[in-house]
Parts: sequence; C-alpha cells; structure tokens
Amino acid sequence: MPASVSDELTRMTLAEARDALRAKRISSRELTGAFVSAIEAGRPLNAFITEAGEQALHMAAASDHRIARGEAGELEGLPLAIKDLFCTRGTRTTAASKILGDFVPPYESTVTQNLWDAGAVMLGKTNLDEFAMGSSNETSFFGPVINPWRANDSNASLVPGGSSGGSAAAVAADLCLAATGTDTGGSIRQPAAVTGRVGLKPTYGRCSRFGIVAFASSLDQAGPMTKTVRDAAIMLKTMASVDPRDSTSVDLPVPDYEKLMEGPIKGLRVGIPKEYRIDGAPAEIDTLWTKGAEWLKAQGAEIVEISLPHTKYALPTYYIVAPAEASSNLARYDGVRFGHRAAGPRDITDLYERSRGEGFGAEVQRRVLIGTYVLSAGYYDAYYARAQKLRTLIARDFASAFEKCDVLLTPSTPGPAFAVGAKTADPLEMYLQDVFTVTVNLAGLPGISVPAGLTANGLPLGLQLIGKAFDEGTLLRAARAVEDAAEFAHSPAKWWSA
Amino acid sequence: MSVDKDTVRRIARLARIAVPDARLEPMAAELNGIFQWVEMLGEVNVEGVPAMTSVVAQKLKWRRDEVSDGGQADALMANAPEGEDHFFIVPKVVE
Repeated sequence: MPASVSDELTRMTLAEARDALRAKRISSRELTGAFVSAIEAGRPLNAFITEAGEQALHMAAASDHRIARGEAGELEGLPLAIKDLFCTRGTRTTAASKILGDFVPPYESTVTQNLWDAGAVMLGKTNLDEFAMGSSNETSFFGPVINPWRANDSNASLVPGGSSGGSAAAVAADLCLAATGTDTGGSIRQPAAVTGRVGLKPTYGRCSRFGIVAFASSLDQAGPMTKTVRDAAIMLKTMASVDPRDSTSVDLPVPDYEKLMEGPIKGLRVGIPKEYRIDGAPAEIDTLWTKGAEWLKAQGAEIVEISLPHTKYALPTYYIVAPAEASSNLARYDGVRFGHRAAGPRDITDLYERSRGEGFGAEVQRRVLIGTYVLSAGYYDAYYARAQKLRTLIARDFASAFEKCDVLLTPSTPGPAFAVGAKTADPLEMYLQDVFTVTVNLAGLPGISVPAGLTANGLPLGLQLIGKAFDEGTLLRAARAVEDAAEFAHSPAKWWSA
Repeated sequence: MSVDKDTVRRIARLARIAVPDARLEPMAAELNGIFQWVEMLGEVNVEGVPAMTSVVAQKLKWRRDEVSDGGQADALMANAPEGEDHFFIVPKVVE
C-alpha cells in the first residue's frame, strides 16, 4: 500500500474509521495493516512493550468476516492499543516492571474483554511507568517513551507524560486509533495533555478494575485516550460495565455517551477554582485557562468563581494514601508464584527480599517503603488516618462547589512536556506534575483533558474539565464545547519515520 | 520527624525489599524530603472529620458464599518460576 494511503488510514479518528468500516469503504485488514506498519516505523518512540501485529491481523480478518455477515459489534474491526497494565490472556503483561517481565496472564481484564466482545482489534501493549508510578514514563523497566512532539527550536527528546505515556504517544503518533489508559493521580489526563490528545478518567467504579494490575485500589480507574472527545465517548461506552468480579464496580446502567455528548451548553454553570492559580506556573497556562472560560461563555455557559480550599493538601495526601495502598498491593510479588525470582536463595526471607530488591525499580521501591512506613505501628494515625480525613475534606470541597456549578474548568498540567531526564533527580518535582489532576482521584470524580493550544514553542497544552460523579455525559458535552472552540488540529511532524 | 539509615533498614525489612547498604543513606535523604513535605497536613484541623472509607456512596455488594471457579491448577502454575506437580517450590521453611 502506498505511504500516502496508509497515512490517510492511520490519521482517521475512531468515529471516522468506524463509519468507513460500516460503509465497507475500507476493510479492517487494510486498516490494521496500516497500523502494524506504522507501529514498526514508530519503534524509535518506544511506545510499545509488546507488539501483536500478527494476532492483530487475525483479529482483523475475523472482524471483516463478521462485518460481511452483518454481525458487526460496536467497535468491530477497530485497532486499539492497550496499556500494559491490563491483563490480556496469552499476551505478556509486564506493568513495565522487571518483576512481571515474563508474566503471561491466564485471564483477561474485564475492560479489554469488553473491547474484544465489541469486535475491537488489539495492536499491542503500550509502555508505561513501572506499576503506573510516575509522571513521565521514565520509570519503565523497558526504557522511556519518547514524545512524538518536539519543540520548534530543538530536536531534544521530550517525555510523553505518564504513567500512560506509551498509550499517549501511540495515539498522538497515529500508531493506533485509540488506546486504554489508567489514572491513579493523573496518569491518563496528564500524558494526554502533553501529547495534544484527549484523555478521560471516568468516575471511580464506572470501569471494572478486574484484571488491571493494582497500584492504589481506591484511586485506580481505567479510561480512554483518544484523538477526539467523540472517540472518548465511544470508547467509554464499551469499556464501562457493571462487573460482579469487582466489588467497587457501581451498579448503574452504562448510558450512550456519544448521544449525551451532543447538544448545546447554554446555561451550563462552569466553575473556576481560584486555588488552581499557582505561583511559578508559566503565563501560557493561565492565558489558555482564561481563553477556555471565554470559549465556554461565548457558547452560553455561565462562569462561576468557586473555591476548593483544601487543594494544596491534595498531593501530600495522595503521597500517603497511594503508597500505603501500593505497599499492600505489591506484597503479592514474592518470587514464588509468578514473576522474577532471585537465584540461589539462602532461605525464604532472602528469596522474598532479593526477588523484590532485584525486581522493583527505584521509584517503586521508594513508594513501597513510604507506604510501609506510614502504615507501620506508631505512625498510622499521624499519617494514614490523617490523610484519609483530608480526603474527606477534599471530597467535601468538590461537593460544595458542585452546588454552584455543573462542571469545573482547570488547566491539565503545570506546563508542557519536558526533556527526558529533566526531572528525574528530585522525586518531589516529578510529583508536582499531577498538581491539577490528583484532587479528582481523591474525590473519585470524572475528569477529562482536552487539547486546547500550543505554547510559543509549539508544544501542546490541555484544559481539564471535572464533572459530578457518574455525570460523564455533561462532562463530555462541555469537553466537546472546548474542543470545538479550540479547533486544535495540530499533529507532530513524523520525524521518526523519515 | 526524621528518617535515618536504621529506620530505612527496618522498613525495608518490613517491606521485604533488599536495599544494599550503600543505598540506605540516599534513600533516607529522599524519604526525608518527602516526609517533610507531607508534614503540611499537620496544619489542618481534622477534629470530627470522618476518615474516608469509600469514595463512592455504595454499599459493598453481597454474594453467596459458594465456589464459583476452580480446578485451574495448570493455569495457576503456568507462571511459577519454580514448581513441580502443582506445587510451588520454596527454600526449606521448617527444619
């Protein structure tokens, strides 16, 4: 297939590809073949840990048969990339950790099963920060992901954000139609923002966590990473479900988000939280935020100044709660039942300690140690119990804000993508990347990042919208209004396949 | 409160992670940086505030206490680094 035809296929949105397949203008085999080639050409980005091209072409052929027989599912024949935190039966699932480097799950996560049941095609498993712990995709055992975007004045490699950095890069570089991500403190929205694409973290309990490698169970939530808001709505409809295998999966029917997304925003009350104006943030962030509010106002929304007084305590609260949960979730990696096992253990304790010492990278070890410390005898009340109370106060902030408005508008990140290696020396500086996103996880709310503009240097920035619990419909409608007004049509130059 | 080398050694033991001696000092410094930062939570009055136990208002679901799956020993052993006849092999635990 000539390169130009192939480019035309891979540049399509999920909705466009769906409609083209339904109208039989293209076949899933053609479409999938174009992505398999794009992924090979895209290897310098290191977006994938495991490519599954051959299997993808088989799945595509099966989809073409179903389409021909008139049995097409909602996502029939659409090639997707899956964050390597979702267990996929028979396909290696690593969590980007050495400790799970050879793990081949004997079962499928509910979210991915929902996608395959709807006819989607799996292109491969994308890179991430180890166990989803990071904001730049630099803690992966399989090496950093390179952001497809470069600044106008430099060829330096930039990070794609994290932890869903591989998924973000794959969507931005047209290596897939859409991807799955997971978001514990910003891991969908932050990478989507710095790669100029859409990332949606649904309400806690909307997507099943069954079969997703656990990081912090009370915060983790799966969601789509896509080229457009409509695509996010399409993906969420299939990813979300009520799952008896996840006790926190909420018993609410899944609505048709693509329908709910349509319609004007006249009269919608949009809250602007004053605490999200932070010292030292680049002026471009503030300017874009103001512009976003103006865009919504011009479409008939009412802008309301609101206050979330406990905002500054969100990150420190998160860095107690998340490591505490991680330390207990990661206790299962013991070198006995699966995963890396140290050679020649002296005794059982030595087996545990060296398997974990060798198998976990530096950031994971740091967080397991923080978690162990804050849960240990004598410190529990001072740290963990206090953090859980702070979490209540943060959730209450949102509850009172939502008495005055329907959605909130904030920046997605404190800045654009930064250079590989720029923030790895100081963990705290890296943690601050999630300053605008982490509050949403602590309160269990849905949030979406929408590409809204470029910096003077040509790097994408996003705006975040936050919704009420299980009100993804309104959230998507507001996101669509931002998307329409921003008219963000930029894509990175394909320097990697030159 | 400050974390020293011995505290790191103690929590590393609790977490069952082998941290080489040379890493204890730097790790203590990193953890101190983080703990100093979270100290700011101390300035908030949390008296009478209930700890969050569930982020969504939902009663935990009940199900019948019955076997719903099983008989998958082969699948369970498939990823074992060392195993034999459906047993995981570990170093001798009881003398």
